[in-house]
Amino acid sequence: MIWDATFQFVLIGALLIGATSGTLGAFAVLRRRSLLGDALAHAALPGVALAFLWTQSKALPILLLGATVSGVIGVLVIEVIVNYTRIKADAALGIVLSVFFGIGIVLLTHIQQSAVGNQSGLDKFLFGQAASIVRADLYVMCLVSALVLIAVCIFYKEFKGLIFDAEFLAALGFSPRRVDLLLMGLIVLSVMVGLQAVGVILIAAMLITPAAAARFWTDRLHVMVIASGILGALCGALGVGISALAPRIPTGPVMVLVATGAFLASALIAPKRGVLARWARRRANARRENGQHFLRAHTARQDGQGDAVALTDIAAELQLPRARVHRLAKRLSRDGCVAIHNGACSLTEQGQKEAEFVVKSHRLWEYYLVYRSILERDHVDRPADEAEHILTPEMIEQLETLLANENIDIDIHKTGSGYRRTGDDG
Amino acid sequence: MVEIWAPFWIVLTGALAGASCGLLGAYLVLRKMSLLGDALSHAVLPGIAIAFLLSGSRDVLPMFVGATAGGVVATLLIETFHRRWRVQEDTSIGIAFTALFALGVVLITAFAAQVDLDQECVLYGEIAYTPWDRLFWGERDMGPRPVWILGVVFALDLLIVVVFYKELLIASFDPEMAVSAGISAALMHYVLMGAVSVTTVAAFESVGAILVVAMLIVPGASAYLWSDQLKVILTLSALMGVVSAVAGYFLASAWNSSIAGAMVAAMGAIFAFSLLLAPRYGLLGRFARQARLSIRVARDHVLLKLLRERESRQVSALGWGDLVDATARRISGLALRSLIWQGLIVRENGRFALAEPGITRATELLRNHRLWEAYLNQLGLPPDHVHDPADALEHVTDDHLQREIRMALPNIATDPQGKRIPEAR
Repeated sequence: MIWDATFQFVLIGALLIGATSGTLGAFAVLRRRSLLGDALAHAALPGVALAFLWTQSKALPILLLGATVSGVIGVLVIEVIVNYTRIKADAALGIVLSVFFGIGIVLLTHIQQSAVGNQSGLDKFLFGQAASIVRADLYVMCLVSALVLIAVCIFYKEFKGLIFDAEFLAALGFSPRRVDLLLMGLIVLSVMVGLQAVGVILIAAMLITPAAAARFWTDRLHVMVIASGILGALCGALGVGISALAPRIPTGPVMVLVATGAFLASALIAPKRGVLARWARRRANARRENGQHFLRAHTARQDGQGDAVALTDIAAELQLPRARVHRLAKRLSRDGCVAIHNGACSLTEQGQKEAEFVVKSHRLWEYYLVYRSILERDHVDRPADEAEHILTPEMIEQLETLLANENIDIDIHKTGSGYRRTGDDG
Repeated sequence: MVEIWAPFWIVLTGALAGASCGLLGAYLVLRKMSLLGDALSHAVLPGIAIAFLLSGSRDVLPMFVGATAGGVVATLLIETFHRRWRVQEDTSIGIAFTALFALGVVLITAFAAQVDLDQECVLYGEIAYTPWDRLFWGERDMGPRPVWILGVVFALDLLIVVVFYKELLIASFDPEMAVSAGISAALMHYVLMGAVSVTTVAAFESVGAILVVAMLIVPGASAYLWSDQLKVILTLSALMGVVSAVAGYFLASAWNSSIAGAMVAAMGAIFAFSLLLAPRYGLLGRFARQARLSIRVARDHVLLKLLRERESRQVSALGWGDLVDATARRISGLALRSLIWQGLIVRENGRFALAEPGITRATELLRNHRLWEAYLNQLGLPPDHVHDPADALEHVTDDHLQREIRMALPNIATDPQGKRIPEAR
């Protein structure tokens, strides 16, 4: 029963809406037009009402034509206010959004009070009603979607140029202003596709949210555009499915909440840019740094090559609580860098190498800071502590050959051959 | 009894909301925080819905707590998205308030539809029912509840604006100076935010989401076009809020439409009027000033051309085609006509020549032009580079500046090309 014709129309419609606004949304978000999408969607309402008042027709193409015209007027009014008066963009957006919407509400309530308007069903344009999609509407939506998507394919390079380097675009002989206007025009059209099913108040979310979610997964534009389109389509379909279970709830808000869920999930689990990934990365870095500090403290306290050092000594050297140093030592022994016995630890061969590397790295930074006259001799230890983890073994090798060729000794504190911590010699 | 007074109470509610929002909205516009009003009025919705579901009543306190919580959650979400998750700021705002609004609508339609809280009332508010929402003190009927709430809120806002006038002024325009004067800009920020939240919540319940957004932004922005003085902006903004509430009511009864929507439409009309006609910052004033300046420059160029021709080739009259600049035909033509009309130029058998007052004015300009050339040359600009800057400066040089330049060039009688600088009379 759920697979009847109506539901199929609605589902296809939702897929179209999600795909179109998701795709366009990627450009809109990167071009920093998110809130403009919101303003022009609200601005579409009076157009819908006026189109009905003039033609007395409920046909979707006519209503959408009206919506497009008033959406475009809204965008132009914003441009005029921002370019020719002292009012800033945020207030201009707010003014157009609220005033156009207010006028739309006046017209809408006026229509509802009149005899013909009672059955007009125009109020579905507020919060959206996916169930009202019929076959004819679907044709219109398909047409507009196809138009928008084909335009995106044709002008992909121009939009890319506009987003990342408008000057380059201008140097290639395109007018950034025209490309920008084209993009805004397409944003208007993609908003129109979803107007009936999602409504003017929330359709902007279908533009913004899937794109922002897709942004977490990739740094490449074409991947983001495709991902955002697919994500939008999935959210649309899922939203329609859920709201089919609870017909009283309008479709628009459900779709938006599904999209928001996708955004939150992406923000959390996306590799690289996601919250969890960044947290894990920070934690791994912190662990590596602590381990390296431990090894350097070990070399500073040991009397000769291969000697064991008591963990209490290392704790004193690092000025850390003993329990933490114990944990550090255990982790390092798991990694095969140290061997622990009777409260003392000695470096394994691997640990020895790692420790040497850290000390060298530390000294290179100190040398760099002093000889570039960035800091005084007795102020370099701390910053070097922070930075020593950044150099890679290959970099150290290169730097050492470089310095050896010039006969430079990087041991600026003259602590000698034993790797001693620089602060301790007196 | 209630019916007779209903229009009065409705208008009063709208006017109080308009005045309170207008007063604070002026600060929001000045501080470029307009979207905050938008975000708040969207975000209070789920707060109100949850408070309603939990408490089961529409009392002031639970509504207020819920709405405030909604506002705080919105702020936190935007901050988290933007600062911690590194989403662009506009995108963060967009996501946060569409999500919260959607949540609010779903909660209301799913759980509260049977009760007197529905999606329409969220948008339009229930200003039409204001007169029947009575406040009782014991057994006594004290009048409509929203009027009392908004009255108190307005008094509070007015008190804040009056008491902290100087502090808010300095903190809004020059936060650094505020800090050096011992005023905490952060504290003023929170005072203002607090007031905006309270006002939004109070107004939201009676006038709905759209009207709150509009009332917070539109009157403030309109007033900002009329004046540079904070006192004037604040008064105008509050006044515009009141006027649009009154006008909106009558518009709505004439049109048989939503009262809140009509109030917004009236506000839009006030804004459109200001946008076009505000003397200094309006569009017409701006274009008129630009046009006047262009015509003046074009006039000066016509006069100079005639004088130069007279000086170099002893030609005293030129044809229309020689005088009108081909690239700006319309402005140039206007300039020529106004010169003839004012008697600076006379027409002799289809050709144009300088009249006596025209010669005086043109000589003055030529003197400006050549003085500037000589002066710029003395500053180190090569002689073949001095013409264009002098061309721009000649139009805006008054007598005083001219005397100053003359004094800076004591022994010079000609411009760098060796042309004589006409002496002042």
